[in-house]
Order: sequence, then structure tokens, then C-alpha cells
Amino acid sequence: MLDLAIAWRTRDFDLDVTIASTARHLALFGPSGSGKTSCLLAIAGLRRPDRGRIALDGRVLFDTAAGIDVPAAERGLGVVFQDGRLFPHLRVRDNLAYGRRARTGSDAIDVDTAVQLLGLADLLGRWPASLSGGEARRVAIGRALLARPRALLLDEPLVGLHREARAQVLAYLTRLNAELAIPTLLVSHQPEEVIALAQEVVLLDDGAARDLVTREQFARRMPPAHA
Amino acid sequence: MLTPAEWQALALSLRIALISVAVALPFALALGYAMSRARFPGKSLVEAFLNLPLILPPVVTGYALLVTFGARGTAGRWLAEFGIVFSFRWTGAALAAAVMSFPLLVISVRAGFDAVDRRLEAAAESLGAGAWRRFATVTLPLSLRSVLAGCVLAFARAFGEFGATISFVGSIPGETRTLSIAIWELLNQPGGEAGLGRLVWAAFGVAVAASLAAALLRPRNGAGERDA
Repeated sequence: MLDLAIAWRTRDFDLDVTIASTARHLALFGPSGSGKTSCLLAIAGLRRPDRGRIALDGRVLFDTAAGIDVPAAERGLGVVFQDGRLFPHLRVRDNLAYGRRARTGSDAIDVDTAVQLLGLADLLGRWPASLSGGEARRVAIGRALLARPRALLLDEPLVGLHREARAQVLAYLTRLNAELAIPTLLVSHQPEEVIALAQEVVLLDDGAARDLVTREQFARRMPPAHA
Repeated sequence: MLTPAEWQALALSLRIALISVAVALPFALALGYAMSRARFPGKSLVEAFLNLPLILPPVVTGYALLVTFGARGTAGRWLAEFGIVFSFRWTGAALAAAVMSFPLLVISVRAGFDAVDRRLEAAAESLGAGAWRRFATVTLPLSLRSVLAGCVLAFARAFGEFGATISFVGSIPGETRTLSIAIWELLNQPGGEAGLGRLVWAAFGVAVAASLAAALLRPRNGAGERDA
């Protein structure tokens, strides 16, 4: 699914990552500062690496050698940001609808399905400022899904949530993986999330991909009690 | 109560101020956005040039307008071919008002754009929104208070415009004799005290209303801007 080789030098760190995986549900795992989120933003088209190539499901999104750099708005990827990033001036309903018209992606998902899958029915008329952390995260996931993305990019979707909300959002994400055919890329530093949501795991450290392992191999190396 | 001539001056000032803001706003939005988002060589220079009307003596700005947009000015002659005439017309007064209040409008608009959380624009982009849609549905709504406050300030500045206006288009009753100019004329006229008092109160009323509106529009914490 993901074929990526990018190099990138910023003030803070050097990134030189190569990933090739056919898994439908892939995770980038590593400590903070390892370059996970930078990779995700590069795939989303929100940050531009110095050079390299990114292809997702056979579609080239970025290739410095070929002069390709598909604008983020046209990549057809749903991004769930760490901080949710709901539009504060739009009610939940309008946040959910924001990306809907733009895309003609893979599997169409309608509002009712997303609302039901993520348990959003009671939130539709609310303002983002009035949502709890877990609720806001679920709305952010729904908003990304409703843009009918070719793939869903999840950037630490559970970070900053308290224990109960984390368990709840994780359960929703597990359900999405089971019920929808949308490929996902998870960025996380929490082994339990990775084990629950990914088939293959890229281990990132210090700006480079050190290893690509299956979920089972990952689970053996990283007992969930660690989390 | 105001006499018909005084009403005329007040109405003319209000109309000129409103139109000058309406005409300047699209330019201010474009320029404010460029100043807030774009990095380009000579940006400080553009900024300095923008603020000139605030710093120059207004009569100098008026003279510059006369030389440029007057009947014998280069731009003035060119525009006259399309039927757009500024010299000694109310349109010239509106142009002078727009130029004089433009820096205030741009400063306020830009501050509003600066305060918008860029990460929300990135989120909109990831949801398939192109540049125009991002601007119309995220950037502009989130900076609306600053934009409106800028409009009120610019309106107030345009309403009080005097120096550039009188040097550019003079004082023609019903055409370019605005409230400020009418007050100045009354000052130079023996026995004008009664009219002077009425016009000063009218100007005071408009200024207080604009000032109140600007205060009400000042961005509040958590009411949109810089709040994700």
C-alpha cells in the first residue's frame, strides 16, 4: 500500500526514511521526535520533503525526480490530527460535512453511517468548544472519513485523552477497521494502539525506519503491559 | 435641527465614507492576506509604502492624488476615457478618503489573518478545500471581527477626512463639501457659530457611534480567533 522514500533536513533533525509495505493497516511507531508525524504530514501533502518519492496504493503523490507534488487538497487522504483541529466556528454537523463535497474517493460513506459508527448522533448540534476530548476526537475521525478518503491518516489519535476516553476511541477505531475497507496509516508511540489497529509496524527512530515487523512480531517485542 | 445644507454635508460625508470603505475592502483583504501569509522580497518596503498616508501630511497626499488622478494627471486622463472622473467630484472625495483610511483597514485585516490558527487551514486543505474555499470558509470567518473592526475604523477615518480631500477636490456644495470641510468653512465665516455647533455635534455623534461599534467588535478571548 505505502511506498515511501523521503529525505529531509530541518533545523531540528535529519530525516531519511524508506518504507515499503503492502499492509492495509500500517503503523509508524517510535518515540517522539523520531519523525513519525513528519512522515504523516509529508504523505498528507502538508509538509514538503527535500527529495524523495511517495506512492500510496500505486498512486504517486510526490516525486521530486519526476517533478510531481500533488496538492494536499487533491490527495484524497483523510487526516485525523493530534489536536483534532475542529473548526471552532462550525457546529459538529458542519464540521462533519466540511470535506464531503470535495471528494470522489474510494468507498462512499454517508453521514448516517459515520454518525452511527462513531456514536455522534447526540453531538451534531453542538459547538466544538463544548465537546469533551474524546468526543472531539471522534468528530475529527468522522470528518476525515466523510471526505471519502483513499486512506485515513491517524496522527496519535488517542494522545491527550484520559484513560476512559482512550479506550472508547480505540474501540471505535477498531470497529472502523473491521467494518470499512479504508486503508489506515497510524502514527503512535503507544504499543497498545499499534497492536489493536495495525497489521504491520514500521519502527522509526531518530529520523530513520529501523525495521518493518508484523503485528505479532511487534507484540512479542513489546508486551502491551508496557503501555 | 440641521439646515438642508448641513444635512447635505452630513449625508455626503456618510455616503463618501461608506463607499470608500466598500471600495477599499477587497484590496485590503487581498493585501492583508498577502502581508500575513506570503514571504516575498521587499515586503518591508511594501509595508512602509502602505503606511505613507498615515505619516505624510494629508495635504501632501491630496496633492499627490491631484497630480496623479486630477484632470491633467496621467491616471486621471486615462481613466477619463472610461468615464471615470475624480477631479472636483464626490468620487474624488471618496478616493481621497479611501487612500487615507486604507492603512488602518489593512493593519486591522492583517492582524485578523495573523491571529487565525494556521493548523485549521491545513485541516481544511486536507479535507479537499482549495485556496479560495479555505479563505472563504475558514480564514475569513475566523477573522471576521478584526475585518469588521477595521471597516469601522476606516469608516471613521474616512468620515473625518479633510486635508487630502480639500487639496484634491476642493469644496463644492453637494459634491465635495463634506462635514469636515463645511465645519472649516464655517470657522472662517463671521456669524457661523450656530451652524458650527450643530455640525460639531453631528460629527461627535458619528464618531462616538463608530468608536462604540469598534469596541464591541474587538476580538474577545475564545470567541473564534486563535482558538482551536
